[in-house]
Amino acid sequence: MPEKLQIAIYWGAACGGCDVSVLDTNEFILDVDALCDVRLWPIAVDGKYKDVEAMADGELDVAIMNGAVRNSENEHIAKLLRQKSKIFVAYGSCAYMGGIPSLANLTSRDAIFETLFMANPSIEPGNRTVPLPVSKVGGHQLELPRFYERVYALNQIVDVDYYVPGCPPVPSQCKAAILALVQALTGQAPAPPKGAVVGAFERALCDDCPRTRTQEKKIKRFYRPWEIMQDPDVCLMEQGIFCAGIATRSGCGVRCPKSGIPCRGCYGPAPGVVDQGAKLISAVSSIIDSKDPDEIDRILETLPDFTSFANRYSVATSLLQRSHGQ
Amino acid sequence: MTFEPKIVGFLCNWCSYTGADLAGTSRIHYAPNLRIIRVMCSARIDPTFVIKALAEGADGVLIAGCHPGDCHYSEGNYKTMRRYPLLKKLLRDYGIEEERVRLEWVSASEGHLFADLVNEMTEQVRALGPSPVKSGLALDMAER
Repeated sequence: MPEKLQIAIYWGAACGGCDVSVLDTNEFILDVDALCDVRLWPIAVDGKYKDVEAMADGELDVAIMNGAVRNSENEHIAKLLRQKSKIFVAYGSCAYMGGIPSLANLTSRDAIFETLFMANPSIEPGNRTVPLPVSKVGGHQLELPRFYERVYALNQIVDVDYYVPGCPPVPSQCKAAILALVQALTGQAPAPPKGAVVGAFERALCDDCPRTRTQEKKIKRFYRPWEIMQDPDVCLMEQGIFCAGIATRSGCGVRCPKSGIPCRGCYGPAPGVVDQGAKLISAVSSIIDSKDPDEIDRILETLPDFTSFANRYSVATSLLQRSHGQ
Repeated sequence: MTFEPKIVGFLCNWCSYTGADLAGTSRIHYAPNLRIIRVMCSARIDPTFVIKALAEGADGVLIAGCHPGDCHYSEGNYKTMRRYPLLKKLLRDYGIEEERVRLEWVSASEGHLFADLVNEMTEQVRALGPSPVKSGLALDMAER
């Protein structure tokens, strides 16, 4: 190959797990290094924003961004990387759908600041202050990124070419996605269609789940995973454990249900599903064994905080996107 | 301009739509704010439809089906009955006022009841004012 591919990896509002998932490909990362020049990757290599700003438009072959957009810095770098790259990839659930940070969309910026900085009992009364975009200290002006009212998924801010779902994407899929991009860029394989979800399958998680579905699902109460001795071979929903697999895209290798944990929906909506939360309303309601409104309410009381389960990774890209309360 | 609520009504073919038809053929005057969509059964109403209607500018959504026990497909309306409390929970968490979405049972013979229901719901939604969803999402983009 004549020249190395130019790539950048960046994080927005994220936990860092996505960056680690790239490193989790173990020795494959050495092949990536042999094929690519990493121009920016804050967690792993040196590289400054000003170096990116100095690049020509489209100079980067691939920009891979994980994390959502929570503040003005996230937005600035997302737009910058989009401008400087030929292919822009939203990597991980936060970049794809808002992810866990977008659960904050069910409350407000003021409520978050109040809880975190003002009412937090571990902060001494004299030190209680919220982060300000501009402040003056000892004659100097200090600036911080502006914290937005809500969290955005990347495609609500910039044009995204491909999505790699997962919290984080599993190493095998990370590898598959990187290989697909490299092959497309070097003309060895056709590029996936724009907007495609790469590193995942075109079917629901249940299609790949080894647990058996033995009977018609009918339950009289829900259980949190720790409340019941589960049968390891039987569908979790059948046992009353709320599992998001039915509305979720497969691709992770069914890691959670195989280890006794219900699917939490991190691979995003299954093909044909618009809003995981809305679809899970139907899924959950169809297994409740009652025709009496009062009993239905009692059964649903055993399923606390339904919304945060059903839209756990996808509040920002759900149909309503955020709370609309006063 | 005074606010006229836009309400989307999903009515089951066998009872509620026929009930609405009866209100019409009986020449009952009622509020013109309901936009009716006929579906074969109230169980056909995926919660996605209701949420999408709200996201795209509806001020209210009415779901109507056969009375419990009267479903043309014997069990469909019980499925709707079970979906509704979860839908309400989800909408509450997204800050949507409870009165904007209603589930009602209307039989084919209840033309008067249907007309009263539409009048009552229209006034209820009128009192709440326009839905904040569509305008709010447009404002988000301006915030930054």
